[in-house]
Amino acid sequence: MTSAASLGVALLADGSIDFNVSGVIDQFWRLTVDGLTYGSVYALVAVGYTLVYGVLRLINFAHSEIFMLGMFGSYVGLELLGFAPSGNVYSQGVVLTVIYLGIALLFGMAVSGVAAVGLERVAYRPLRKRGAKPLAFLITAIGMSFVIQEFVHYILPKIKPGLGGTNAQTGIRLVEPKVQFTFLGAEVTNVAIVIVVAAVFLAICTEVMINRTRFGRAIRAVAQDPDTATLMGVSRERVIMLTFLIGGLLAGAAALLYTLRVPTGIIFSGGFILGIKAFSAAVLGGIGNLRGALLGGLLLGVAEQYGQILFGFEWRDVVAFVLLVTVLMFRPTGILGESLGRARA
Amino acid sequence: MTDLTKTAAPEPQSESQRAGVGDGIRGWWDGLSRPAQWAVGIPIVIVLALIPVFPPPLLDTPGVSFGGVMALFSMYALIAIGLNVVVGQAGLLDLGYVGFYAVGAYTVGLLTSPNSPWNQTDNWLEPSWAWVACVPIAVALTALSGLILGTPTLRVRGDYLAIVTLGFGEIVRLMADNLGDLTNGSLGLSKIAYPEVAVSESMPGGVFSPGNLGDPSSWNPFERANNGTWWFWLGMFLVIGALLIIGNLERSRVGRAWVAIREDEDAAEIMGVPTFKFKLWAFVIGASVGGLSGAMYAGQVTYVNPKQFDIILSMLFLCAVVLGGSGNKLGVIVGAFLIAYLPMRLQSVQLVSNESTGYLLLALDLALLLGLWLLWRRRGNTLGVWARRGVIATAIFAVVAGLLLFGSVLLFRQGGAQSLGDLKYLYFGIALVVMMVLRPQGLFSVRQKLLAYGRQVYQAVRKPAELIGAKR
Repeated sequence: MTSAASLGVALLADGSIDFNVSGVIDQFWRLTVDGLTYGSVYALVAVGYTLVYGVLRLINFAHSEIFMLGMFGSYVGLELLGFAPSGNVYSQGVVLTVIYLGIALLFGMAVSGVAAVGLERVAYRPLRKRGAKPLAFLITAIGMSFVIQEFVHYILPKIKPGLGGTNAQTGIRLVEPKVQFTFLGAEVTNVAIVIVVAAVFLAICTEVMINRTRFGRAIRAVAQDPDTATLMGVSRERVIMLTFLIGGLLAGAAALLYTLRVPTGIIFSGGFILGIKAFSAAVLGGIGNLRGALLGGLLLGVAEQYGQILFGFEWRDVVAFVLLVTVLMFRPTGILGESLGRARA
Repeated sequence: MTDLTKTAAPEPQSESQRAGVGDGIRGWWDGLSRPAQWAVGIPIVIVLALIPVFPPPLLDTPGVSFGGVMALFSMYALIAIGLNVVVGQAGLLDLGYVGFYAVGAYTVGLLTSPNSPWNQTDNWLEPSWAWVACVPIAVALTALSGLILGTPTLRVRGDYLAIVTLGFGEIVRLMADNLGDLTNGSLGLSKIAYPEVAVSESMPGGVFSPGNLGDPSSWNPFERANNGTWWFWLGMFLVIGALLIIGNLERSRVGRAWVAIREDEDAAEIMGVPTFKFKLWAFVIGASVGGLSGAMYAGQVTYVNPKQFDIILSMLFLCAVVLGGSGNKLGVIVGAFLIAYLPMRLQSVQLVSNESTGYLLLALDLALLLGLWLLWRRRGNTLGVWARRGVIATAIFAVVAGLLLFGSVLLFRQGGAQSLGDLKYLYFGIALVVMMVLRPQGLFSVRQKLLAYGRQVYQAVRKPAELIGAKR
């Protein structure tokens, strides 16, 4: 009869999983660079989860759809600039490309930010007013993510033909991945540099903002103790709105960076898996902790790349979840523990 | 950190929370003696069983076999009952429940499908009773997978548990997808066995076979029933069995431990409840019911592939539990009905025949809503109770009609959806959000705290003291 043990044996015997250790060793640095590229996108999205969780103790399951809207937002931005998705790469010169990317970034961030704040207004605020149970928030989040996905799937193409719909949008390729330098035998492309630098920069900006500014202090205060913070004159509603806004803006930025790397990802369901992984990253690092989100994101991205060579490409998503379960078993609050509320006052 | 399933700390009881839907019925039902409950229950079950054979006109699903929809409903009802043990009773948020459903379905598939290397139908599982033999194996294997998932993960709590289980559900699907040598990958396993009952000349596969389309001209319900209806009957049988077993469990020490864990895990632990053990029990029992449902599904559809078991389905299962009223067994069955039935009902429905009629009706609908709103604002206080209820009911109707009309109008523009069924997740999402805002405790909320004290005390609380004295 079958059992889990015999299943494991069968897997090894069948050769469905072959441990390609030499592959990992050979391509170690390439995989690391790739992993950091994906990981920094995860990290940016994870910051959105972590912030909202820290302040509201709520898993914002619709955050992945905010990210997905960001991809469409940056696409529309580029389209308005006159680009069309053709098979070839536009060559505009460095300065112009950066300007165009900046505009697309702004579009992505604007769409995601507005969507995140709108989501909070439409779905979560009425629940908060009624003092609903946490499970109600979760179900609402699931409901909203269905609504947003179906909006892009069916309604968006009716409002603006050629946008959204069942098939993936062909991405506009503004930047051609060009090898800039080799790092211990790993080719580092300009796209990878842009993604990692931009993501880490934004994450550090957020961290500084949370730790150094007045808004940041308000956010930390609400995360720590909403009632006392309210008594001390912090507007809870404003802080929550701000939290969603920051999360949305970062998701929008992550969306543009992601489409630079994976131009074929622009589809109504494109946020789902990435959202789950980003959430896993947030949990991995310790949800409610900004540095944890960054660390978890990078770690998850890198581990995924190694795992994908080690076990085979199709096991890529499994690696992320197994890593998550393993870490949670030994550190049930994530690597760095939760601490947005408990950060230095 | 929060525990998502925990009932909230003292909160202002709004009016809707005090007067639960069906409270009167529940009080009446609890007041009946056991034989009287059977006497009322059996005719209701018989009427339910006859619904798919003689579908009422408005309830019928055009373009889809109503029996098949009801079969799906009975499977989802099993799922909801099983998930309710985990989420509603023990308060463990499980987002990967579809994994157990998939394990159950794939066990039957792997043992009986000709595509599978583990196909046993030639060796020692006779094709005629292969399905029946596989069901206990499927249930045992899903219970085992519940144990395997639960043992390491039940030490983490709340949101972490949610994400870990989500990961489990996804891992099961990915394994089914990627172990190509074993599960035939994304092509899936076909020709899965089904129970071969009442095999005859005209029906070589028996009544459960997909070939049984029923005979709509006959008046004999057993001849009218198509294979979906037969599966529905089998499902009803299993649902009632599961209800009885799990109902007994809930009234036992195990059930009380679950409620204690749900309400406050630390307090339960301190009071001497071995929480880990009972959480594991909840997981294993919930999982095996899910596996049973999966085995039914595999038998009815006779085909499984990984796409059928995605995370969305897991969310839908959770929604069935929450919509119906987490913790209330009959409530979650209603939730399961809504989840199974509504998308199928909307399939191939087109409300209007052309776009301009659609816009006209939509405008009329909006005017009606505006009128109702004005009436409510201006004269709301002067209306009687029933008039107010009437206005609310009309408004709900108008909003639903408006949404459906909106969808219909969209269908006439280029591209995209073909029928209202394509928009089912849109409507579903809207319904979830509205539901959570207006009635977060579900359609049929449970009197949760009282469950902990058992049935006798519950009745003692509900009835005046002298009645109890007269009885005993």
